[in-house]
Amino acid sequence: MNLFAQGIAWIFDPANHVGPDAIGVRLWEHVWITLLAVGIAVVIAVPIGLLIGHTGKGRSIAVGVSGGIRALPTLGLLTLLALWIGLGVQAPLIALVVLAIPSVLAGAYSGVEAIDRVTIDAARAQGMTAWQLLVRVEVPLALPLIVGGIRAAVLQVVATATLVAYINAGGLGGYAFSGIANSDYAEVLGGSIIVIALAIAFEVLFAALQRLAVPAGVSAGSAGRARRNTRRSAPRAATPVEGTHP
Amino acid sequence: MITAPTKRLAAAVAVASAVALTLAGCSSSDPLSSGSGSGDSKTIVVGSQAYPSNEIIAELYAQELEHEGFTVTKKLNIGQRKAYWPEIEKGSISVFPEYNGNLLNFLLQEDGKSTTTETTTDGINSALSSALPSGVKALPSADASDADTYTVTQETADKYGLKSIADLSKIGGTISIAANPEFATAAYGPKGLKEKYGIDGTVNQQNDSGGPLTIKAIQDGDAQVADIYSASASIKTEKLVTLEDPKHLVPANNVTPIVSKDLDSKAADAIEKVNKLLTTDVLIELNRQNSVDQKSASSVAKAFLQDKGLL
Repeated sequence: MNLFAQGIAWIFDPANHVGPDAIGVRLWEHVWITLLAVGIAVVIAVPIGLLIGHTGKGRSIAVGVSGGIRALPTLGLLTLLALWIGLGVQAPLIALVVLAIPSVLAGAYSGVEAIDRVTIDAARAQGMTAWQLLVRVEVPLALPLIVGGIRAAVLQVVATATLVAYINAGGLGGYAFSGIANSDYAEVLGGSIIVIALAIAFEVLFAALQRLAVPAGVSAGSAGRARRNTRRSAPRAATPVEGTHP
Repeated sequence: MITAPTKRLAAAVAVASAVALTLAGCSSSDPLSSGSGSGDSKTIVVGSQAYPSNEIIAELYAQELEHEGFTVTKKLNIGQRKAYWPEIEKGSISVFPEYNGNLLNFLLQEDGKSTTTETTTDGINSALSSALPSGVKALPSADASDADTYTVTQETADKYGLKSIADLSKIGGTISIAANPEFATAAYGPKGLKEKYGIDGTVNQQNDSGGPLTIKAIQDGDAQVADIYSASASIKTEKLVTLEDPKHLVPANNVTPIVSKDLDSKAADAIEKVNKLLTTDVLIELNRQNSVDQKSASSVAKAFLQDKGLL
């Protein structure tokens, strides 16, 4: 408890709010690289996920590849990329995009797959083209799970972005690295508390976004009733795939 | 299509195997468990840091001790000083290859004192003998030194005509030094650089102890100077230039065996015999065989002892 108090005290110590290592600077770097990494992952993985969900093709490849990517140790990948393309923010950014892609991809394709086939058949029967079906029916109905996938990715990336500091490219992880090296455990704990607070803040934000993403006219109750009548069931989970990072 | 029950089963299997893997990872290498070593007076427990070069030296001691008929238990690869030093203090490890300068500073800091101003091998050793806890003693230091250095690329050295740390002033401005985080607060870090040479320095924090990322930083120009340990094989393989230190900024860091006071005197003699053979060049070569040729610490040590006619 004493150490915990020291960690809190460290956060509010004015000495830690000036210079290049100021908490505000590191926090902003951390937020910025987290959002950028997840943003790039969304641009890459959501279209692919929608395509897989829409066509029903390539699912096994996507599951296999994203499963393989999940197994990549981020620190190893980061070191390898840094030795290859140089130190700086690019190497950790790529490593974090790779980390974020599986969750986002899983959210997108499982979101489309979870839609009641009756709804899709009805849309087709109305004469909708494939594009209209995707944009007007599948994306809106899949949106809660797509956002859920992004939410899972953000949580993983915000925690793992502490590794960016391993190659001196910024973020909140630097406090842990230098604190451990210099036996300054208040610094380690203070830095960790900020990362945890940031992760919780992102969780709250994305949980709200996920609720907002549910289209009008679809409530949890009616969706659940519809799903019971279909063979194509998928769990209505807040996060489509439980992502744990090694 | 995967149904919900199969998914749950798959998840359960995944969790179970992850837990199993984690546990296996923990249990296989707890070097501090089963402290049976100190009970038997004939059994000598040799430890080492989680640092390949240190492990090679521990292997040298251990294999020579075994050759002379002692029963040896090896507890190699035990983290950093904070992790293993208590085990030496309480006698569960009886032989440990140490480095006099860094060990002295560690002991001083543990006692809440400031780091040493001594920089020579003799000065450090006499300070060390009074700083050591009562149950242990230091055997004579080897010539071999594995100290922090101010090292630059051959290109940088040629471009600015750098030979010693004092020449860094020719680069001008604040010198960026790629080094581990502890370098930033060490007495021989930027603070000492300013005091002794009047040069401003800042740390480009890398975390691989003079490894490939630290070297990458000076090769790509992200930093001008790197802290590479003097016995590192990469000084030769990467054609790096270690700057001379005429004002003794960086303390000596000679390989110095730390042993229990109750260690058999014949065992101490055996360790001293091996330790005498260690020069920095020998250490660099042994490290090169380990890090470049990918030979294990024990086979590197064995080949060296055989070559010297000790095995």
